[in-house]
Amino acid sequence: MMRGCSSRAKQNQDRAVCMTNCPTLIVTVGLPARGKTYISKKLTRYLNWIGVPTREFNVGQYRRDFVKIYKSFEFFRPDNEEGLKIRRQCASAALNDVRQYLTEEGGQVAVFDATNTTRERRGTIVQFAEQNGFKVFFVESVCEDPDVIQENIVQVKLGSPDYTNCNTEEAVEDFMKRIKCYENSYETLDEVLDRDLSYIKIMDVGQRYLVNRVLDHIQSRIVYYLMNIHITPRSIYLCRHGESELNVKGRIGGDSGLTPRGKEFAKKLSQFIQSQSISDLKVWTSQMKRTIQTAEAVNVPYEQWKVLNEIDAGVCEEMMYEEIQGHYPLEFALRDQDKYRYRYPKGESYEDLVQRLEPVIMELERQENVLVICHQAVMRCLLAYFLDKTAEELPYLKCPLHTVLKLTPVAYGCKVESISLNVDAVNTHRERPENVNIHRTTKDALQTVPPHF
Amino acid sequence: MKHRSHPEQHHGKRPRVPAAAASASPQDGMEDKAPSNPRELTQNPLKKIWVPCKNGLPEKHISQRKVCMTNCPTLIVTVGLPARGKTYISKKLTRYLNWIGVPTREFNVGQYRRDFVKIYKSFEFFRPDNEEGLKIRRQCASAALNDVRQYLTEEGGQVAVFDATNTTRERRGTIVQFAEQNGFKVFFVESVCEDPDVIQENIVQVKLGSPDYTNCNTEEAVEDFMKRIKCYENSYETLDEVLDRDLSYIKIMDVGQRYLVNRVLDHIQSRIVYYLMNIHITPRSIYLCRHGESELNVKGRIGGDSGLTPRGKEFAKKLSQFIQSQSISDLKVWTSQMKRTIQTAEAVNVPYEQWKVLNEIDAGVCEEMMYEEIQGHYPLEFALRDQDKYRYRYPKGESYEDLVQRLEPVIMELERQENVLVICHQAVMRCLLAYFLDKTAEELPYLKCPLHTVLKLTPVAYGCKVESISLNVDAVNTHRERPENVNIHRTTKDALQTVPPHF
Repeated sequence: MMRGCSSRAKQNQDRAVCMTNCPTLIVTVGLPARGKTYISKKLTRYLNWIGVPTREFNVGQYRRDFVKIYKSFEFFRPDNEEGLKIRRQCASAALNDVRQYLTEEGGQVAVFDATNTTRERRGTIVQFAEQNGFKVFFVESVCEDPDVIQENIVQVKLGSPDYTNCNTEEAVEDFMKRIKCYENSYETLDEVLDRDLSYIKIMDVGQRYLVNRVLDHIQSRIVYYLMNIHITPRSIYLCRHGESELNVKGRIGGDSGLTPRGKEFAKKLSQFIQSQSISDLKVWTSQMKRTIQTAEAVNVPYEQWKVLNEIDAGVCEEMMYEEIQGHYPLEFALRDQDKYRYRYPKGESYEDLVQRLEPVIMELERQENVLVICHQAVMRCLLAYFLDKTAEELPYLKCPLHTVLKLTPVAYGCKVESISLNVDAVNTHRERPENVNIHRTTKDALQTVPPHF
Repeated sequence: MKHRSHPEQHHGKRPRVPAAAASASPQDGMEDKAPSNPRELTQNPLKKIWVPCKNGLPEKHISQRKVCMTNCPTLIVTVGLPARGKTYISKKLTRYLNWIGVPTREFNVGQYRRDFVKIYKSFEFFRPDNEEGLKIRRQCASAALNDVRQYLTEEGGQVAVFDATNTTRERRGTIVQFAEQNGFKVFFVESVCEDPDVIQENIVQVKLGSPDYTNCNTEEAVEDFMKRIKCYENSYETLDEVLDRDLSYIKIMDVGQRYLVNRVLDHIQSRIVYYLMNIHITPRSIYLCRHGESELNVKGRIGGDSGLTPRGKEFAKKLSQFIQSQSISDLKVWTSQMKRTIQTAEAVNVPYEQWKVLNEIDAGVCEEMMYEEIQGHYPLEFALRDQDKYRYRYPKGESYEDLVQRLEPVIMELERQENVLVICHQAVMRCLLAYFLDKTAEELPYLKCPLHTVLKLTPVAYGCKVESISLNVDAVNTHRERPENVNIHRTTKDALQTVPPHF
């Protein structure tokens, strides 16, 4: 056990598996424009979604906050004493915040995003981690493909605050010179010299990986995730099944079929998909009748996933909200108090849903163009992953019937287009009411129930 | 923007070679399709899967599997000097893939050689200048590849593991050609190790007991085997980052300390890499047991979330004593999120982790029923379950097949861990046990996992040693054997023939 680590087993009795006993410091390594920030942000998003409190610390951002106005690549010249001093200070400030996050703010993973291209700098970080009882895991990105680097610069550097007052050629030229400043002193992670470190070296955008000394569960999951993501352009389409019989009755759960309007939506969905001219579209559904009926109308091969089934409402299955309030007023109030963690009796919580959807997210990362026909709670969970929503926001994301969300990765995030297919449907979105007290009146409890037949 | 380029096919794209389980749904010619009337759906009575139907009869439909593992069959090819763990990896990987539902078989060329040559004389057979030996070895490799082809193209196999040294680029090239001709994807698994202690331990564990050395004493066997290894060393061409950059492979170095992974093409290769990166060979034991006897157990009722009976609590105490007597270093204890396993763990008095995925199989509408009541209310369901207990899904519940899928992360974490005690439930324990003991889907639901009995599993050689330790506290029997009559029109008497006694 590392010095300073404490066993968190007792606190973690409720979690699926104790991720790690010590906090973990992930450290990026690589020349500029190799995707370090892309990887940092994506990894942070993924870890937070699966329930591991994670934050990224971008040293470039510290530098921008400190230096205010970026003049040119000269700042990064290896003989620029003033520049070096500032950069070292920024790195220290970032590490300080890392320490605070991991020891006082309940963070479990910190991603330290900087070039870290010299063995000396990495040695300093390892020392810092040892002093504080953190495990260190390096993520290096190595790439010499000029097309990839060029595309990278176009996608994320041109829009950077550093280059707001430059035109494209100026920015590209300056950035190339910036990269050059690092090249001479770049010491890649070495199989022999760095054999005692834990790391993954990603080569040529994921064509090849070198993995050394994976120490624990969280590092193993991080490696698996990094080996499954790619940067090939594609779009992910999310939608719910067409309106169902139970939907119109204001009842939750169950396994009913589509209403005539739901079938109309399915037809419109088919037309929409064709109009998009998507190459090699994969279509996934749950194993519930309403999503499969919807997919049947789209008339492409589809795969059924049991884990895409709607959240299990347990004893409340097929009830109206009014009935839940009538039979289980306490449960109904508890759910409004913490909709993410609340588990239906003999059912599931949103938190459970996220855990069972993790393989779907992993496979979505591997795939390219996919249409997922699913359910309200499921769609909220998937959307929260792509749009980096918190556990508090997730259960209230708006996912109306008969609307397709088209997600396209762009720069460091995800572009969302919401396409309504113009077929009427009931509203199934129930906002959090004002009064969540367990002694509230029925009127207060049912204040936000959407209208139904 | 430059995409990742793959030598064969891009993951996610339709294969050039038609998949074995191709769908009847149209693929091409979609451009001019007016939305026709969608097909009606019917629910398969056994698995409760909705499938399209015509005139009330199910139509042919693509795989309802969770995810299409791969479009083509996959040929996994081991690479490495003798005593580097190739057969250990082959067998373990095969066991894992079969358990998660991917039909896999291993083809050990050494076994073909033993069947052909009958009596092994000495390492001289493997000398690179032994023309006779080379000829035989090539024939054995060909025979094995022939069986691979038959398994993957005619017998419904999806993955074949070709276990041999395959240490030259030339031999590997031949295999790649064979795969291309047959439309198989190839994935190499190389094991590289120079640690003499590891190699020595390997020889002791699995070579000394080999049929090749039944008539030798230990020193003779070790000496001969070392010379055997030497025969391969001069011509050994390890997978090279440059020369072999177009191949898909994982190179495992120093028993998992380091890995090089190149061109993972699809989902199944990604899962294989993840699995191989999580297994280890550190000696340890896994203890499996059920919760102590519960209130619903004694009433003959299934499922639910009841507490322990006094006898169940007695078992929990005995379990605590047993665990202490075993003097296990760093024992992890896992339970489900059901009261009866947690109550049991509480008595053991060590920190434990609760896993929701370890919860007992969900019996849906049959939760908390006695078998007699299931027969009374759902005689058809009860019969279907006896017909195919592995695939049968309770209405609004789960099947054993579903259970295996949700337990996969538990197996993965068990592989990562060392000493672990898992306190779980009957169906769950059957699934975990089936993984460790390589039981088929047919055997799995009938494995005996009685209450108040601990199974201690210790990896040894290529398999798992099982010790069954009864803690001598009486409990009801909850094991219901498959009755003789599984026909849906059987009598109640026939249906209930094998129900164990209860209060």
